[in-house]
Amino acid sequence: MGGIVMLKRIVLLVVVLAAALPAGAQETIKVGLVTALSGQSAQAGEAISRGLQTAIDELNAKGGILKGRKLELLRRDDEATPAKGVIAARELVFKEKVAVLFGGLDTPVSLAIVPLMNQEKIPFMGPWAAGTAITRNGANPNFAFRVSAVDELVDKAMLQYSLKTFNAKSCGMILVNNPWGESNEKGLTAALAAKGMKAAGVEKFEANDVDVVPQLSRLKAAGADCLFLVGNVGPSSQVVKSLDRMGWKPPIVSHWGPAGGRFTELAGPSARNVHFVQTYSFFGTQRPVGQKVLKALMAKYPDIKGPADVTPAVGVANAYDAMMLVALAIEKAGSTDGPAIREGFYKIDRYEGLIKTYEKPFSPQTHDALTENDYVWTQFIDNQIVPVGLKN
Amino acid sequence: MLASALLSGLGLGSMYGLLALGFYVTYSVSRTVNFSQGSSMMLGAVLAYTFVMRAGWPLVLAIAAALLLCALYGVVVERIAVRPFVKRRSEGWLMSTVAVGIIADNAVLFTFGKEPRGFSVPWTAASADVLGVHVSALQVAIPAVGLGAAAVLHAFSRRSRLGKAMRAVMQNPDAARLMGIDVSLAVAAAYAIASVFAGVAGVMIAPLFNVHSDMGTVFGLKAFAVAILGGITSAWGVVLAGLVFGAAESLITAFLGSSYTQILTFALVIVALAIRPDGLLGRAVVRKV
Repeated sequence: MGGIVMLKRIVLLVVVLAAALPAGAQETIKVGLVTALSGQSAQAGEAISRGLQTAIDELNAKGGILKGRKLELLRRDDEATPAKGVIAARELVFKEKVAVLFGGLDTPVSLAIVPLMNQEKIPFMGPWAAGTAITRNGANPNFAFRVSAVDELVDKAMLQYSLKTFNAKSCGMILVNNPWGESNEKGLTAALAAKGMKAAGVEKFEANDVDVVPQLSRLKAAGADCLFLVGNVGPSSQVVKSLDRMGWKPPIVSHWGPAGGRFTELAGPSARNVHFVQTYSFFGTQRPVGQKVLKALMAKYPDIKGPADVTPAVGVANAYDAMMLVALAIEKAGSTDGPAIREGFYKIDRYEGLIKTYEKPFSPQTHDALTENDYVWTQFIDNQIVPVGLKN
Repeated sequence: MLASALLSGLGLGSMYGLLALGFYVTYSVSRTVNFSQGSSMMLGAVLAYTFVMRAGWPLVLAIAAALLLCALYGVVVERIAVRPFVKRRSEGWLMSTVAVGIIADNAVLFTFGKEPRGFSVPWTAASADVLGVHVSALQVAIPAVGLGAAAVLHAFSRRSRLGKAMRAVMQNPDAARLMGIDVSLAVAAAYAIASVFAGVAGVMIAPLFNVHSDMGTVFGLKAFAVAILGGITSAWGVVLAGLVFGAAESLITAFLGSSYTQILTFALVIVALAIRPDGLLGRAVVRKV
């Protein structure tokens, strides 16, 4: 008797599941994220996740998109290695059939994934990695879009900032000796050439160099009146400490490397002299969108008590706006078909976002929604990244 | 520019010399070296950081404990990665000491974490202008400690019982054994001293640098080049080579640019060895048949 009842229950369960599954699969729109979720960059990956999830929660609370379909985020860890990233991307594209794939913070990983996305005709959205070639990849049609800084534009912005804020006449470059440093050497040289200027000098240093005094002495002797700095948090701190030892205090205009770690602890009190680029800061007066997002983050994540805890802020802000723009593109497309969404990006007219109000952010020529005018200049005060001049 | 480059070069150079002295000590006593000297240096810095910043110990106590543990590490390396191979007349220690270093680096990576940490010691920030050059207290302390350690080693080997025993083993291990000298103890002591020297370098470098698991790798490699350049059988040759190497690195960067630093410094090492195959102050080892 018990056996028959059990059998009936199982049959019922199977019938219910069979009825529910296809309906559910049709209902949700899956979006994928491949980023570092473990290791040194885990916090950055978590920031991207939080930005995406906050936007998704907001969209779902309003009833979803495409007439009531909810969004669902699927995350995979790339461990900051291109090979793992490609495997994760393939799984999300072929097995999970995501409508759009978001990338992470490592340029090499994104560069490895983009060709797959162009081949499979599924849009790729970059909320962090700044390598110029991610969106300018030469593919036609190109499925890679980005809401983040772009190396080439950051270099232009660094020059503009040095001229405007420090009235610099002759900046010297101090760059980490790797492909990132090299790509920025090209970018900065081009930006200077466009204004008929030249660098006082170009010096490289190894990520593991203890002492950068000799390189900096050269730049000082060459008459540099400001420094362009490109390096991750550790190497950047070596430059600051070496300047301290020399007793030289030139203005330092930096790419966003220092934002990636405990810069004040590593570089000491002079860390605040480094002005570096960010796309957003939750400090200072917030527009209504900023207030809304901060409130949502504080409600969802108990460890966020205020703007200082939204860190790294660029990851959260870029990802939030990127998800909102993706949702608009899907609405414009009227479906989750890849090529239609790609066309949908070009049809977005206006979106009042967190970082700015986007007016026609994408076109077949421009797949980057942010320009050099959208960057925020920040500094470390104690352990917080705040806009320059906001705190002393 | 000359003065500040020279000052920073001699500072780093004395630390290369300190690590290289470790190669000299073990090579003299046992004809073997610990290729993981860089890891010993990293351990000195990581342990001192952990005791001061995480456990809140006073600086002097923390440094003493870190150096003691470095000595222990040296003894362990000798016991597990050198002695078993030497006993069987194998050159396996060449690889096994490298392997122990890699294991140590990774163990620290797992326990200490991947993120570089800053180790600031208050007095090191003090600075003054001397003859137009900005000099920090640490920049004076580093070469002083480097040369001081070399002097202590010199006195130890001349005055102390264990030091004399080590010198006897250097001259002739078999004769030393027949005289009742514990050769194993002398070799273990040499490894302990080598690791302590590296640990001292780690502690001194930490405030200049960041503390992380692979901070000693490149340093250890350069120190080995310095040991060979100085003539691995001469203590003062090794110290001198350290200073020459550090100054060369710094001056080449300052006057010719950073692109040439590595190419020219290592080219200079090759040229120097071509002219003096046994190093700056080394003497050819006479093989007695």
